[in-house]
Order: sequence, then C-alpha cells, then structure tokens
Amino acid sequence: MSTQSVAHDQPHASGGKYVQIAVILFVLTALEVALFEVSHEAGPTGFGALLASHFVVILLALSALKFWFVAMFYMHLKFDLKVLRYVFASSLLIAVVVISALFVLFTYNRTLWWATGVWK
Amino acid sequence: MTAAVLDHDSADAHEEHPTSLRIDSRKLAIWTFIGSECLFFAALITTFVIYRNSHATGPGPKDVFEVPLVTAGTAVLLFSSFFVVMALNGAQEGNRKKLLLWLSLTVLCGCFFVGMQVYEFTGFMHKGMGYSTNLFATSFFTLTGFHGTHVAIGTLWLGTLLKDAYKGRIPPNKALNLEIAALYWHFVDVVWIIIFPVVYLMSLFAK
Amino acid sequence: MATAALDPAHATSPKRSVLVDWLTTVDHKKIGILYGASAFIFFLIGGLEAEVIRLQLMKPDTHLVSPEFYNQLFTMHGTTMIFLAVMPISAMFFNFFVPLLIGARDVAFPRLNAMSFWVFLLGGLFINASLLMNAAPNGGWFGYAPLSSRQYSPGVNMDFWALGLQILGIASLAAGVNFFTTILNMRAPGMTLMRMPMFVWSVLVTQVLVLLSFPVITIALVMLTADRNFHASFFSYNVAGGDPMLWQHLFWVFGHPEVYILIMPAFGIVSEILPVFSRKPLFGYSAMVFSMAFIAFLGFGVWSHHMFATGMGPLADSFFSLMTMLIAIPTGVKIFNWIGTLWGGSLQFKTPLYFALGFIAMFIMGGLSGVMHAVAPADLQQTDSYFVVAHFHYVLFGGSIFSLTAGAYYWWPKMFGRMLDEGLGKVHFWLMLIGFNLTFFPMHFVGLLGMPRRIYTYPSGLGFDGYNMASTIGALTLGVGFLVFIYNVIRTWRTGAHAPADPWGGATLEWAIPSPPQEWNFAVEPTVTEKDALWAMKRAAGVKVLPEPPLVSGKGIHLPSPSWWPLFTSFGILIFMVGIMVKGETHGFPFGPISVFGVLLTAFSIFKWSYQPVDHPTSH
Ligand code: HEM
Ligand SMILES: [Cu+2]
Repeated sequence: MSTQSVAHDQPHASGGKYVQIAVILFVLTALEVALFEVSHEAGPTGFGALLASHFVVILLALSALKFWFVAMFYMHLKFDLKVLRYVFASSLLIAVVVISALFVLFTYNRTLWWATGVWK
Repeated sequence: MTAAVLDHDSADAHEEHPTSLRIDSRKLAIWTFIGSECLFFAALITTFVIYRNSHATGPGPKDVFEVPLVTAGTAVLLFSSFFVVMALNGAQEGNRKKLLLWLSLTVLCGCFFVGMQVYEFTGFMHKGMGYSTNLFATSFFTLTGFHGTHVAIGTLWLGTLLKDAYKGRIPPNKALNLEIAALYWHFVDVVWIIIFPVVYLMSLFAK
Repeated sequence: MATAALDPAHATSPKRSVLVDWLTTVDHKKIGILYGASAFIFFLIGGLEAEVIRLQLMKPDTHLVSPEFYNQLFTMHGTTMIFLAVMPISAMFFNFFVPLLIGARDVAFPRLNAMSFWVFLLGGLFINASLLMNAAPNGGWFGYAPLSSRQYSPGVNMDFWALGLQILGIASLAAGVNFFTTILNMRAPGMTLMRMPMFVWSVLVTQVLVLLSFPVITIALVMLTADRNFHASFFSYNVAGGDPMLWQHLFWVFGHPEVYILIMPAFGIVSEILPVFSRKPLFGYSAMVFSMAFIAFLGFGVWSHHMFATGMGPLADSFFSLMTMLIAIPTGVKIFNWIGTLWGGSLQFKTPLYFALGFIAMFIMGGLSGVMHAVAPADLQQTDSYFVVAHFHYVLFGGSIFSLTAGAYYWWPKMFGRMLDEGLGKVHFWLMLIGFNLTFFPMHFVGLLGMPRRIYTYPSGLGFDGYNMASTIGALTLGVGFLVFIYNVIRTWRTGAHAPADPWGGATLEWAIPSPPQEWNFAVEPTVTEKDALWAMKRAAGVKVLPEPPLVSGKGIHLPSPSWWPLFTSFGILIFMVGIMVKGETHGFPFGPISVFGVLLTAFSIFKWSYQPVDHPTSH
C-alpha cells in the first residue's frame, strides 16, 4: 500500500471538464423526467408503452450513470488513490446487497416466488 | 529517574509527517464516513420502498408529490455540486475571487434546497399528510427529513468555510479543508440522485 | 522549535490538576485506560445481574425477584455485556495498543478518540440510570417489536434502551472512522499491511464491520424512537400496516456483524499471544488475514439465521442456512492455524497462554453448536431455548471473555509497568474454566429438554432441576474467579514486581519501549523490515532480549494538546437524547427545549473544537 502513487495538490480536472459533467448531469435528469412523463401518459402500445414496461430499469440505469459521473469526476475518484475507490465501492456493494436481499425477503416472503411468476 | 533522560532534538516531529498512504488522514476519514453513510441510507431507502404502498388511510404519493417542484430541487442540488467543485478549483489555484463566488453560490443552493423541502413538507401537511398519517408518510418524511438534515449540516459547514474564505483563511495549502466538505456535499447530492427517481418517480409510476 | 526557556519535562504537559488532565486527555493510552476501567465496572454490574438471575433459577418455583424485574435483569445483563463490557474492553486494547503495534505516536484523530470514550461512558451511565428509576429496559437485548412498542411497554424502560444504544452507536461509529484511518494511514515506515500484527488486522476488520453495520441499527433505533415518541408505526401492526418483521431484519442485519465485532478482537489477541508463548511465528499469516476478511464479508449475508422460526419460507431458510455453514469454513481455518502455531513450539506455560488455550477449546465448542443452529429444521427445536443460551455463551464468554482476559494478563505489564501474579492468574484460570463449563455446559441439555430462555422460573418435575443447580454453582465459581482477579490487580498495584520493557520475549513493537510507555510512545519512529518486527530486530542484534530502553525527555516531540470540547460535545449528545425522553411542552415542534439545547451545545462544541489548534502551543 505504501507504494501507492502520491496524491497531488493540483486540481484533478479542468474547469471545462466540470462544466461538461454539469451539462451531462442536467441532460440525464431531464431524460429521467421525460421518461417519467412519456411512460406515465403512454397508451397500451407503441414507443411509450415500450418505455413504460422498462421504466424502472431505465430509470435506475440513468440515475446510476449520474451517480457514477459525480463520484468519478466531482468526487475525484477517477484521479485519486485507489484505496478511496475500494472504500466507497465496497460499502456500496454491501448496501446494495442488503437493500436487494431485504426487498426480496419482503416482497416474496413466505411464497415459492419462482413458482408464482410474480417476478416476470 | 531523571538520570536516564535523553535529549531528543534531532527527529523534529514538527515537519509534515508523511502518512502511510500519502494522503491526509482527514480525506481518508471522510471517505470512510461516506462509506458508512451508504448503509444509513440503504436502511432508510429499503424501509421506504417496503412501505411506500401503505397508505390505506390518508393521501398517497399520487395525491401529494409534485414533480416540477422536486425537479427544481434536484437541479439545484446538482448545480451546487458543480459550484462547489469550481470553488475548490479556485481554492487550489489560490484564486480568492473564484473561490468566494462559487462557494457563495453553493451555500445559496443549499439554502434553496432546504427551503424547497420546508415548502414541500408544509404543502403535504396542508393536504392532510402528517408525519404519522400513514406508513408511506412516515417513511417518506423520515428518509427525506434525514437527507434534508444532511443538506442543512452541509450548508452550515460550507457556510463556515465561506466565512474562512472571506477572511482569507483558505490558502491553496489548506484547500483540503474545503475538499473534505465538498466530498460530503457531493455525497449528499448522489443520495438525492437515488432518492429522486426511487422515491418520487417510481412511487408515482407504480399502479 | 522549542525555546530554551521551556522546561523540557513540562514542555508537553503544563501543570494541571489530575482530574482536569484525565477529563481533557487526548492521549490514546489514557483513553484506553479510561475505557478499560469503565468497561470493567460495567462488566461487574452485568456480572452481578447474572448472579441474581442464576440465584433466581437455582431451584424451581423461586420468588427471589419478581417476573417484571427478571425481565429487566436479563435485558440489562445482555445489553451491558455486549455494548458496555465486551465492546469497550476490546476498545481499551484498540486504544492502547493499535498505535503502539503500528509504531505511531497516537491515533489519527486524538480528540475524536476522546469524544468516542466520553460518549460511550455517558451512554452507559444513561442506560444504567434506568435501574435507579426502577425502569430498566425489559424487552431483551434485541428489543423485538411489538414488545418494545409503547402499547406493550408503556413505561420509559425501552426509551432508555433505544436512546442509550443510539448514544453508544455514535461512540462506536466515531471510533470506527478513527481506527480505520489510523491503521491504514499511520503505520510506521516499512509496516506494510501484510506485515501488520494480526491483532491490528483484527481491529481493521472489526472497524469495517462497525462502519457498515452500526448505521443500520441507528436507523432501526430512530424508527423505534419514532414509533414510541412520535406516533409512527414502523413496527407495530395497526391500520397503517406496520410490520414487526422489519425490526427483526434490520436488527439482525446489524446483529450478526455485531457478534463478529465481539469476537474478531478476541481472534486478534489470541493470534498475538500464541506465537510469543510458543516461540514461533503465527502459522499461516495470510490465511488468517483472508479468513478474517472472508468471515466479515459473509457475516453480512447470514443475518436471517436468527429468524428461522419466523417462517420466511424455504428459499430464504435454505439460503441463510447455507451461508451460515459456509462461515464455519474460514472459522475452521483460523482454528487449525492456531493449533498449527502451537504445534512443535516450545510452549511457555504462563497465564496468558492458559487463557488463550482455554479460548481455543471453548470457542470450538461454541462454533460446533453454531453449526447446529445453522440447520434450519434443527434450529426450530433449539431457538429460544437454553441451547441457544449455551451457544452464545460459549462463543462470547468462552471466546471473547477468555481472550480478553488473556490479553489483560499479557498486556498488563506494558500498560501499568507491573507484573500480575502468575500463581493467582492460574487460580483465576482454573476457577474460570471449571466455573464456565459447569454453568453453561448443562444448558445444552436443559435447552434440548425444552427449557425456554427468558422465563423467570419453572416448575419442578421437568428434569430441569439438577442442571439449573449445577449452572448456579458454576456461576458462583465464576464470580469467585473474578474476585481472585480483582485481588490480583490490587496486590499488583501495591506490591507487584516492576515489569521490564519486554517481559515475555515479545514479537511486536510495543515491547521495544519502556513499560509503561512514555507519552509519545516512540522517541524515534521505528522502521519495520519484516513481520514480527521486534523479533526481527532482536535477530539482527543477535540477542534474545534487547537492552532496557532508556527514558527520554521528549523535548521537541509534537503531541496533540488536551481539549475540553470532546467532553462538551458528548454532553450535548446526551442532553439531546434525554430531551427526546423528557419532552415537555413542544408547541407542535417535534423536539422539546432540552433537545434543542443539546443540539446547540453539540454544534457549539464542534465549532469551537474545529477552530482549536490540534497541537500544543508550547511545543512549537
Ligand atoms: C461457526 C460460527 C457460528 C455459527 C455457525 C453461528 C450460528 C448461530 C445461529 C444459527 C444462531 C441463531 C440461533 C437461534 O436463535 O435459534 C446463533 C445465535 C447467536 N450467536 Fe452464533 N454462530 C457462530 C458464531 C458466533 C460467534 C463468534 C458469536 C459471538 C461472539 C455468536 C453469538 C451469537 C449470539 C449472541 C446468538 C444469540 C442471539 C440471541 O438470540 O440473543 N455466534 N448463532
Ligand atoms: Cu448470527
């Protein structure tokens, strides 16, 4: 560990890069809201319906992307010591595992959920 | 006793003592704390997701949530992340004007977000959704209230730093003081990045 | 730059009263001693509660205490032992020895460290204050809903519990951040991760567990407090549809990692003692490290094995069964490595080794009954019976307490500069080993015969009588054992032999400095070239014992300065929590004036604290 590279005091990325990220974050948020509006108003068929049927997945993917941009660039994880990345990533991993497990336990508890087809 | 006393002048421990990982301990500590906070919010978010449909009595998500208002709040918080990173940039360059400008904007965003939440919560109360009206309400208020407290603390923290910056107490070699506050601030922002879709959009979308 | 005018002896500690010195100290060694002393007193209180429980259960149909008081006794006993005895006694060792073992002058954040201690102490006093009000917590150490709800527990009993644990959690989390940072970032040059003493590894893993599991109980306790004090219904069945299962899940998401928080430091201590007293390096160092990390990781995926009886369904039951059995593998690896360390060593039969060997044997037995619990159908028979009580006492008492006692005998000379008496130590050991087994082994049988845990008495004729009598006799024997220990401590204090720097032929850095260490630990920062750093130095010097290190003046050594703010911050936190219980008139605002004052005091103290310079001004 002590052979890790030295962290610098210099700025980790340029102001321009930060502006780009800000724009991306803004666009992604707009997409989230748009996705919500379109799927919400969607009829039974067509593009809206397609979006609506994958609403949760797309929404989570979009926010994960935002999360990633903030963590990597604004929080400098991309440029900083690897240890910090490990600390954050492993905590997140445990958090996600616990959330998912509890969700499964509460949603499908007391049933043979793979036999009921509710997960489709 | 005193006979064996040796003098010890050579190894002057005042000098910046290199740490094992070559980073300041405070930075490692704030990241550790952030890692720990992930589990705070995991427990809260799980509870909300489990209870979000428990609104047999009183209003549910569709009766109270207002997407435009929260979208505005979300945007403000996202921008504040951008602002604080610019402020940090200014601090590191020793550009006091840049630091002051962006940091004040950040603090302003923090105040605006807290204001947005107070306004939102008051609106909910008027629509008949108190803290204990139903479990949806309780878990919603607990989760977003907890997050809001984080925003408020972050705003206070950045506010004291703004005061320091104004007095010229954040020279480039002390930019770390701002960096750790900024890391916390970004974390509060990424939590909202999860809360916004999961709490608002998904609850509104669900049948 | 030390000015010539400064008297070197006082350069780092200007004249102040002893009391002020301890109240404002930020020295990790003093904080360690504070942890140890307070935790030992809590341990004695918890032990007294246990003795009363055992006297009540000695014979059938006894009425020594009322059923209501019995509930308070077992709840306070469990809560005290876990949160106020085993955890803080471990914290004593973390505080005193982690910086010494890694060759540092202090922890990364000395004032935060002081705050952790004060918060812990105030939290512990707060919970125990309930006893004086005859309103001690009474819902068991895991506070199951809906028993813990206002409806079924209308008094302040469970408020003391929820708020008290909340306070203690703050202490643990702050210490978690502090020690995680210290271990990763404050190591002496050359002390790479894979050269760290195993105890330091165990502390690192423990802190990871604290950091990732305590937040969950914090939130659960917030929700319980909301249920009890703010009319929420997270955990109580009513029209709103709250679910008591959520409490159980959140509690055990924390609770299972918590049991590893209790045992990991014990693993670490034993892994330090065995090599020194076998004159042989720890067998399978890296396997030890990885199995600890693996246990910690898996430890987050087994919590529902405490809930087999709740009817989670076959999928969940099988999953958590398998995960639990999987944990036995790395645990077994550790046990074989300890035995491998002993194998072929030239064993020095001193008291620390006695207790360490006792640990291995007792912990194996606890692990075996643990694997039995992992079998879900079998567990339905064992759960909530005395069989479970036997299991967790074999791992907690036979495991943690044996190991912590071993650590006390091992490190006492370093902490206080005097040797505990060997003869009395061995008497203590035998009383403890015999007393422990006499108390807890019969519980396996009486449990399988059907005696439930947490009942205040039982009728005769069920075959319980003899076993219970044996358990009570054993418990009294245990008590005598600890009296011997206390006697040993008092005698050592008065007349004990002065300890040399390295009484055991130690392998690690703490034995290179005087006993007790000087305030700055290391006059010259040590440089480490391999594992078992001190053995390496001795080998390089071609000696068995290094010459006694001289005392130095410490002039020019930079030490963190004492501070009042950690203590004030802790009081702020305590007052905030008390205010939730004693709300008063709030005019529709959720928090009463006391809480508001607590928050303000906390905020003010933190503010002052963060502008107070870290270092002692006179040492510049
Ligand atoms: C091989 C390792 C272990 C296994 C497989 C294991 C398994 C289990 C299981 C399945 C239970 C639930 C029993 C029930 O309530 O019906 C249990 C309870 C318990 N275990 Fe372990 N365990 C192990 C090691 C430990 C360790 C190292 C500790 C602590 C130092 C510990 C402390 C406890 C406690 C305190 C309980 C009881 C909780 C309560 O109901 O109050 N266990 N164990
Ligand atoms: Cu467990």
